[in-house]
Amino acid sequence: MTQTRLARSTQKLKTLMKDYYQELDEASRSHSRKVAWCTSAGPVEILTAMGFAVYFPENHGALLGARRLATPLIGKANAQGYSPDICSYLTSDIGAYLGNETALGAAYGVRGIPKPDVLVYNTSQCREVQDWFSFYAREFKVPSLGVFSPWKITELSRANIADVAGQLKDLAVQLSRVSGSPLDPERLKETVRLSSQASNLWKHFLETAKRKPSPITFFDATIHMAPIVVMRGGQRACDYYRDLVKETEDLIVSGAPAVAGERLRFYWEGMPNWGKLRFFSDLFENLKACVVASTYCLSWVFEELDCDNPFESLAQANLRVFINRDERYKEDYLAGITRDYQIDAILFHEAKTCPYNTNTRFGLPQRLQAERSIASAVLYGDLCDLRCFSEEQSRTVVEALAEQIMAGRRV
Amino acid sequence: MGIFAGVDIGSSYTKAVLINQAKKVLSSCVLNTGADFERVSKRAVSKVISQAKVSAVSSIPIFSTGVGRNLCPKANPMTEISCLARGSFHYLGRAHVVVDIGGQDNKVVAVGAAGSQVSFKMNRKCAAGTGAFLEEIARRLDIPLKKMESMARHSPDKVDIGSYCTVFTCTEIVHHIREGKKAPAILRGCYESVVKRILEMDPLEGEIVLAGGVIANHPIVTEIFQEKLGRSPFVPDGPQLLGALGAALMSLENSYVRT
Repeated sequence: MTQTRLARSTQKLKTLMKDYYQELDEASRSHSRKVAWCTSAGPVEILTAMGFAVYFPENHGALLGARRLATPLIGKANAQGYSPDICSYLTSDIGAYLGNETALGAAYGVRGIPKPDVLVYNTSQCREVQDWFSFYAREFKVPSLGVFSPWKITELSRANIADVAGQLKDLAVQLSRVSGSPLDPERLKETVRLSSQASNLWKHFLETAKRKPSPITFFDATIHMAPIVVMRGGQRACDYYRDLVKETEDLIVSGAPAVAGERLRFYWEGMPNWGKLRFFSDLFENLKACVVASTYCLSWVFEELDCDNPFESLAQANLRVFINRDERYKEDYLAGITRDYQIDAILFHEAKTCPYNTNTRFGLPQRLQAERSIASAVLYGDLCDLRCFSEEQSRTVVEALAEQIMAGRRV
Repeated sequence: MGIFAGVDIGSSYTKAVLINQAKKVLSSCVLNTGADFERVSKRAVSKVISQAKVSAVSSIPIFSTGVGRNLCPKANPMTEISCLARGSFHYLGRAHVVVDIGGQDNKVVAVGAAGSQVSFKMNRKCAAGTGAFLEEIARRLDIPLKKMESMARHSPDKVDIGSYCTVFTCTEIVHHIREGKKAPAILRGCYESVVKRILEMDPLEGEIVLAGGVIANHPIVTEIFQEKLGRSPFVPDGPQLLGALGAALMSLENSYVRT
């Protein structure tokens, strides 16, 4: 992989994430701040504005996957009645809890996951988070509060926005009973402003991949996305992404492509396969192929955020995400991205345990091929459960797609 | 005249084909793959060279394919998918869909009118509907693999196998045995399930070419395809050799070298 090319930022990221987890650990142990657990879809801005230290179990799931610790932990959750067919972030995280294990110790030097005072989820990117958090609500005897987003929307209506904005306002009232003080509207505005700023910088970073050859890969983005997930709404995320954009622009000036001799450009659709990032990165590099963009990383670009209209814009940001949209929207979006990033083909990752972030199950690749001449192939695997993955089959699929595109160029 | 080789190192069998510049097949062989991909690929190449009685062995260009394609010495590796497309287009010369039923995986490749590969599909990480599935059923019923076909062909009836998992199919078979069903009827049902798994992968529109070891060794599968599709699929000479032939043709054309 290419961490060494973004060495300054990679080094900063280590420190930043270590500080973040140690602050959470300190808050949990000293009770100096209330701890909220939150889903990656938010509403982190409201929690941050109310002074909560915010922890993201999904990030823990990804870390367990990336460190290849997940698969045996999933079995522990399976044994407790959590099916192997449900989200493997969920099963690996709950398995880790049941086994009193965590990836945070080795990664960030903390003793364990921070104990929550409240659990807050949003269903816009995943419907299983409610059941995930209800497990911890029972374990820790703390409230689990949800925002229920209308799903698979075609056009976002005023009623949809009013519905979710209303839920967010109600949520703030419920949270004030945990935090002990009401939400300060000015602090929320400032948090949304910072969140928007970080999101714009993240977008800028991702869009450098529109250049040909690209200075970054999807694998770089999966490494550097942690702050936009766990720290948006704070100054640190803005500072981090400002520096990352600068370092990436320096790369462009120096003429260093992410993949030497780039001749193929792919799009990754669906969840990362966290335990196989290295395998895929090496595979693409050997083929002189660059995965230039992904639905996953682009899902943290929230252009709707508006500090003058915080609740409504937070509602819009949550509702507009790709995964919450209908098939027609997804077709148009993928066709647009394919054009904008000059992509040769899409690789659809069919994640066995993540139907919500898998887009191969309703004929989308076939429609893109038939109606828009966009080539694609399907990789079978999972985000964390390596039992669902075959290196050999995946290698053949990627190589066959590369051969197909290269042969097509000669005709 | 130049000589060109293609080697397909599959999960169960390794196939090699030697052709000349006129694309005529000079020799071919099928060997058990075993555990040493490099060794078996060398043996396969030696064997076809020896059979064809050609000289200047060291200069023969080789393209390799199959799961062991990267371990064949002095060869340019290409995926089975590209090689199947190339091999089947050699026979048909027009747009079609090639279906390969191999030892551990199935492939469906759409080939365009000019011979280019348009799209492809592979089975999931599951060997249901492959050669490994039939081997497991033979083992489960304690029937020699070679006898399976004739038993199924002469069965007056068949059982319905609904599972899309080899292990679940074995459970289903236990149920059918308990119900008094005879082995030939169960075997016929298993062959039908191989075809069903393929039809679940792709609608198989247009002309169909069938390839792979299962097609080579179990002709009943082609007949079931014909019944289900309502038309005759094309089966090339030596359907198991189609990938190796495609590799040999690529070797001749050297149309795309992945370097």
